[in-house]
Amino acid sequence: MDAEWKWDFAYQILPKMLWATLNTIMAAGIGYAIAVVVGMLFLFGQRTPYKFVNIIVREIVEFIRSTPLLIQLFFVYFVGPQFGIVLSAWMSAMITIGLHFGTYLSEVYRGALEGVPKSQWEACRALNFSTIYTYKRIIFPQAFPIAIPGMGNYLVGIFKDTPLLSTIGVAELFHAATAVGGYHYRYLEPYTMVGVIFLILSIPAAMGIRKLERTVNKAQGKVKN
Amino acid sequence: MSYFSFLAEHGFTLLLGTVTTVKVLICATILYVIISIIFGLMRVSNNSVIQGAATIYIEFFRGTSLMVQLFWVYYVLPFFGMSLEAFTSGVVAIGMNFGAYGAEIVRGGIIAVPKGQWEGAYALNFSPAKRMRRIIIPQIFPIILPPAANLTVELLKATALVALVTVVDLTFEAKQINSITWLSAQCFGTALIIYYIISRFFLVPFLRWLEVLAARKLGKEKI
Repeated sequence: MDAEWKWDFAYQILPKMLWATLNTIMAAGIGYAIAVVVGMLFLFGQRTPYKFVNIIVREIVEFIRSTPLLIQLFFVYFVGPQFGIVLSAWMSAMITIGLHFGTYLSEVYRGALEGVPKSQWEACRALNFSTIYTYKRIIFPQAFPIAIPGMGNYLVGIFKDTPLLSTIGVAELFHAATAVGGYHYRYLEPYTMVGVIFLILSIPAAMGIRKLERTVNKAQGKVKN
Repeated sequence: MSYFSFLAEHGFTLLLGTVTTVKVLICATILYVIISIIFGLMRVSNNSVIQGAATIYIEFFRGTSLMVQLFWVYYVLPFFGMSLEAFTSGVVAIGMNFGAYGAEIVRGGIIAVPKGQWEGAYALNFSPAKRMRRIIIPQIFPIILPPAANLTVELLKATALVALVTVVDLTFEAKQINSITWLSAQCFGTALIIYYIISRFFLVPFLRWLEVLAARKLGKEKI
């Protein structure tokens, strides 16, 4: 075993790695879609007229937020079979990612809702709009731009947490790297390539989000610096 | 098997794992605080070489996944003749990764110090080092502590990853017990609760206390 970088080996495993990258992107995409919806549910769960429900949902959110994603993955993946529910690795991964990042996104939404000036709510009440109409026509259009940067950040966050899925056997990029590395007993190239692929994908994404954030701030008349 | 007999049998093992987790947490936190201060200061430097180096470091560590970095440190560095122990590589990887995030927080804090303070320091002809040390740095703590507290809670959660490079921490023990007994709900559930307790009742109150302390200290210095 030598530390020399072998280009021919890297070329040899490149197609496999790129193929696995697609799986990673898919996992991040599906997980994010679930998280966006789950985040909404968590948000509304904390804003019901029943105080008891609000407190319970708040505690659940706090619990999920302050425990590691890795153990949550194990929990969902291994506990099901104990009670006769067998979930595939993909299913458990998507459920866990959806729940975990749903809690984060619900915080983003909450911040966005609180960013809408109080006078907007009062005006809606004065005009006797229904709650649904108020949310749909007045609050959401104003809250959404505020939420965009945070939502974008968590998209990149999910993307960077997908390697964890390899621990329960989801065949994504990191899983492929470990498999290839174990087969050829060369870990230098596979793991380095994983890092490079992540850099290539996540730096432009982060830059795009920063640009979006500026655009949104400008559109809202909140230009910093 | 009831939950209590499960705890009686495996509780101590889980507790031992918790001690390791707390050790990783403390060491990694110390490392990440040092790295974030150094790179945060480099990031606001006027020297473009220093600033560029810090930017590359930050973008690199924020752009790649922590798990990839961890595996790289543990499995790839030995090929370059740098064999680190599992515990050390875990602490180093987590510390360097979170240091990159922390550096951005420190930079944000330095920028957020009111311009008048900088001008005051210029007017009094302080050297750049003295200006940083005596005027700017003491004022950034109330600004950076709330985001840094969030980051530290994230770090606690990230310590679970070191189990994957064979550090015998809480996650590792939970996995181990799971593979012996197949009582998944009990062992992973207990591990989740222990992480929650550490975060909710120890780490977060401690960080809030630091925030209060920083705010009070600054308040006194103002008078």
